[in-house]
Parts: sequence; structure tokens; C-alpha cells
Amino acid sequence: MEFYIQLVISGLVLGSIYALVALGFAIIFKSTSVVNFAQGELLMFGAYYCFSMVVQYKIPWFWAFLLTLVFSIVLALLVERLVLRPMIGEPVISIIMVTIGLSSVLRSIVTAVWGTQIQVYEPPLFPETAVNLMGIPTSQVYLWSFGLAAVLLGLFGLFFKFSKAGVAMRATAFSNQVALSMGIPVKNIFALAWCIAAVVSAIGGVLIGSINGINIQLGHFGLKVFPAVILGGLDSILGAAVGGIIVGVLENLSDGVLKSAFGLQGIKEVAPFVFLVLILMVKPYGLFGKKEIERV
Amino acid sequence: MSVAHCGDFRQSYKDDMKVLETRFVRVSVGAFLVLLYVFPLFMSNYATSTMTTIGIAVIGALGINIVTGFTGQISLGQGAFMGVGAFACSYFMRILHMPFWIAMPAAGLTTAAVGMVFGLPSARLKGLYLAIATLAAQFILQYLFIHMEAVTGGSNGIPSPPPEIGSFAFDGDRSKYYLTITIAVLAVLFTTNLVRSRDGRAFIAVRDHYLSAEIMGIHLFKYRLLSFAVSAFYAGVAGSLWGMYTGYISAEHFTIAESINYLAMIIIGGLGSVLGSIFGAIFMTLLPQALTVGTGALAQTFPKIGFLIMSFKDGVFGLIVILFLIFEPDGLAHRWRQIKAYWKLFPFSY
Repeated sequence: MEFYIQLVISGLVLGSIYALVALGFAIIFKSTSVVNFAQGELLMFGAYYCFSMVVQYKIPWFWAFLLTLVFSIVLALLVERLVLRPMIGEPVISIIMVTIGLSSVLRSIVTAVWGTQIQVYEPPLFPETAVNLMGIPTSQVYLWSFGLAAVLLGLFGLFFKFSKAGVAMRATAFSNQVALSMGIPVKNIFALAWCIAAVVSAIGGVLIGSINGINIQLGHFGLKVFPAVILGGLDSILGAAVGGIIVGVLENLSDGVLKSAFGLQGIKEVAPFVFLVLILMVKPYGLFGKKEIERV
Repeated sequence: MSVAHCGDFRQSYKDDMKVLETRFVRVSVGAFLVLLYVFPLFMSNYATSTMTTIGIAVIGALGINIVTGFTGQISLGQGAFMGVGAFACSYFMRILHMPFWIAMPAAGLTTAAVGMVFGLPSARLKGLYLAIATLAAQFILQYLFIHMEAVTGGSNGIPSPPPEIGSFAFDGDRSKYYLTITIAVLAVLFTTNLVRSRDGRAFIAVRDHYLSAEIMGIHLFKYRLLSFAVSAFYAGVAGSLWGMYTGYISAEHFTIAESINYLAMIIIGGLGSVLGSIFGAIFMTLLPQALTVGTGALAQTFPKIGFLIMSFKDGVFGLIVILFLIFEPDGLAHRWRQIKAYWKLFPFSY
């Protein structure tokens, strides 16, 4: 039993990080209708930049974290202005391809600057001693990650509901043209969407980096976010959060169960994608997604 | 823009349906074909072998262009489908002792069946959702390649026996080249005619406006599934040839990177264009080789930043894709048409 509870706990942590990255993905998709295949690379960039600040320049964690966020914003603005803005109005496939190209450019920059070895944060972000959670020893990193992710998701929920910029973003997502005619600066909204996505991804990157260490494989996180956003509904921000957590837990549980029952290895890598196909066949617009109803 | 030749009056339906319209085009295409077949007699083994990979890439690119360029369903699983073809062909030859000439089409059909399974969501979905379904296909198939050890040899890979006619085995660079290029030419011919047929026009209608297509009596699901199947068939054939070319198949080759490579080929070459698939396949096969030579030379000149340059190889690939999409969104095939139109009208381009 304890084994399964531990699986669920680590699944929840993983899921909350998925949720953060999925949030970034959904924000970009919702307001700019760009499918961002470079989300995982944004995460990786944040994780590595923070590593540089903390380990190589010995900056205290708090400032390093803030600098990472600032850096992510700068990166997002550059990417949006130089790569995505010229693509406005191009077909979906070109936009997908441009973000794929972007991801390989970002990855090669990371390899060039930081190499391909696994790195760890030293000193660690959170104390390493385990705490007792209902009789089950849980490392503090897990608790902090889950808590931080939950707080961020809540904050962004409030942001979209109440702040002026958040409302403007939802209006842009609803229709670019209507938003423009209402005097909303749509280009700035696009840039803002990218900034938010980069910031939440960078935070996710730092969290996952302090759990598993940072390496070039972090980029795959961006692809594993697809099951989460599809389960939640591609254009729903709440859905991204819920979907991320569900997929994280399901992934961990199926991995643990299948490994102990049938001795299958490496299920973790593929389980989310099996869910993905199942969801697409059963409930294609996800839990909270907007159904497109067309009649002929 | 298409410019007809002066004096090219099409007086019958037969004239109108010609693939090669004028004598000049017929002669030059014929000359090109002859050149393709005598080429290895004068070239090094390295060039011949590069041409073989281009031929395989052309077949794969034609396949993905049918599903993505003509039918408008983005596919991110072409690499994995090629893997299915390669492993299936090898399995049929080694275990079921089929000759290559039966095993290759059988592998194509197997891949088509697999492709149709992952095309099933297209009953209810379109566009982006399908792209993500094919992404899932890529990862699921990659997992199976490594874990279905009986068929695929796991992470070690598995040998792929060479095709044979009587006692002649296709195991030299030249014989592999001839086999590949013949199948590639057949594939180009078949695709050119497919997209002019009833089914091909249905594909294009589904891409251009699926609602209108449905109103005009085109069964959307049927044609989407069909395009997935045809595309996967091409991938299966290309995969079988890849197995023949390398002689040893390993799961490492059929990753998401390979799928992206194929998608990049048709975007750079030109979506929905047979010629574009060929241009794209040539470009994307030669680009990594040029980059390897270029970065190798640079790394030798500046040994200190050699590591830096090598790691930028991947980035340059991405950069070229981005630049193409921003500055040449219609692909090489479009540029080719423009160059042709320019010379046709030269010097009075108005």
C-alpha cells in the first residue's frame, strides 16, 4: 500500500510540474493559436540558466531565481518578435514546423553553452531532509514543488479572471479581430502570452531540475505535455492544470503497477501517449475543452 | 503561376491530361532519367550511396506529402512508420522466408494497417489533434521497437538480408542504387497520377475545405484514412529499402527526429507538390552532409571552439528551417516555377 501511496505522491509532484508547463502551452495556444513544440526547451533553458547563476556564479537562490525569470522574459520576447511574429497568418503546419526548428536551435545553444552532462543544483534549492507525511517519508523538494506549482496555478487563475491584462488575453483568445477593434493591443498580448509561458516553464524547469538534476533530456518534457493538454482540453487553462496532474499520477501508477506485475520496463516514457490516443478516441475535446460543433 | 507555351493548343482531352506537356519537357525528363541510370558508372561509391539515401528519402517524402501536403493532415510519425516497414520486411524475410519482392509490398501493407490504426481518430478530429495523435504513434511505436525483441531485436537491432534474384544479391552500392532509384521513379510516377485521379482530387478537396468537400459527397473519414494508409505504405516501402541499404536495422534511426526531418523536407520542398517532395528530399539529405563537412573543416581550423561548432550543427538545421518558413514559405517547388516562368518570358517579363 505504501508503495502505491508513494507512487501517487511522486505522481502528484510530477503532475503539478506538467500542469505548469501545460499552463504555459495552453496560454500560448489559446491567445495566439500557436502550437508550441519548443515548450520543453524553454523549460530546459530556464533550468540551465538558473544552474549557471546558482552554481557557476554563486548567486544566492532568491536572486538567482528572480534573474532566471527575467531572463526567461527576455528570451520569450526575442523568440516572439523574431520567430513567431513573421509567421502570423501562415498555415498551422508552418507554425508547428517553425516551433520545431526553434526547439532544435535552443537545444543546440544549450549544448554549446552548458555541455551535455547531467548537472545538479549545489546548494540545493530546498533542504534535503525528508519529512513525515501521514507516516510516509516524503522529501521536502516534493512538497515545495507541489505547493509552489499549486500556488502559481491559483495565481494565474485569478489573473485571468480579474486582472485587466488577463481579461484582455481572454478576449484575444476569443477573437483576434474583435479584440483589435476593442482597442486591445493584440501584438502586446501575444508577447505577454509568450512571457507567461516562458516564466512558468522556467519555474517548472527549476523544480524538476532540483528533483532529478538537469540534462538535455529535459526538452522531452515539452512533448509529454501534449497528453496533459489534450486530456484537459487544448484551449482550457483549468484543463491544463487538471490534465497535467492526472497524467502525472496515471503515468507513475501505470509504470509502478506494470513493472511490479508484468516486469515491463520503461512504461513511463510511453504511458502518457497511450492515454493520449485513448482520450482522442473517446473524448477528443478533453475534459474542459470547447467542443467545435459543425453541421453540414 | 503557370505559363503555357506559345502554340501549345490543347485540342483534345488527351492533350489536356498529359503529364509532360511539350516535346522539350519530354526530352529533358527522358535525359534526366537516362542520367539517373548511367550516373553511378562515373561516380564514386560515396556519391552513389548518397544518391541511394536521397532515393529512399524521396519515397518517404512523397508519402508524407500525400497525407500532409495533399490531404492536410499533419503527420509527425513518418519516421516510426518507416521503422515499422523496415522491421516488418526484415521479419518477413528472415522468419517467414519470403523473397524481398513479396516482403517489401507486404511490409508496406503492414505499415499501411498500422498507419490506419493511428489514423482512426480522424473520424472525429482534424488538423492539430491529428498531428498530436501521430506524435503519440511515434512514441508508442518507438517503445515497441525497443521492447518487442522477438521481432525487432530490441535495442541491439536486427540484420536485414539483401534482396536476391536467383543467385544475384543486391548487396553492392550500385545494385542498391539501381533498385532504390527504380522504385523511387515508380513512386514519383504513381504519385503524380494519384493526385490527378478521383481519389487524389478528393484528398485536395478535403484539404482545401473539408465542409465543402463533405457537401459534394466526399466521405471525409474514408479519404482521411485512405491518405494515412497510402502515406504509411510509402513509408513502409521506404523503410524496407532503408533496411536493405544499411543491412542492419536499429530502432535508433526511427526517432522523432527522423519524422521531423521528413516534415521539414516537404515544407522546404513545397507542400502538395510532387516536385517539392523531390527537392525537399535532396535538400534535407545533402544539408546534414554539407554541415558535417563544413563544421568538420571549421573545427579543424579553430580546434579550440570545435566543440562549440559541432554542437551548433543541430541548431543550424533548425535555423535553416525557420529561415525557410519565414522567407520562402511556399518552398523550393514554388521558387523553381518562378525561375521557369522568368526564363520562359525572358526578356519581356510582362
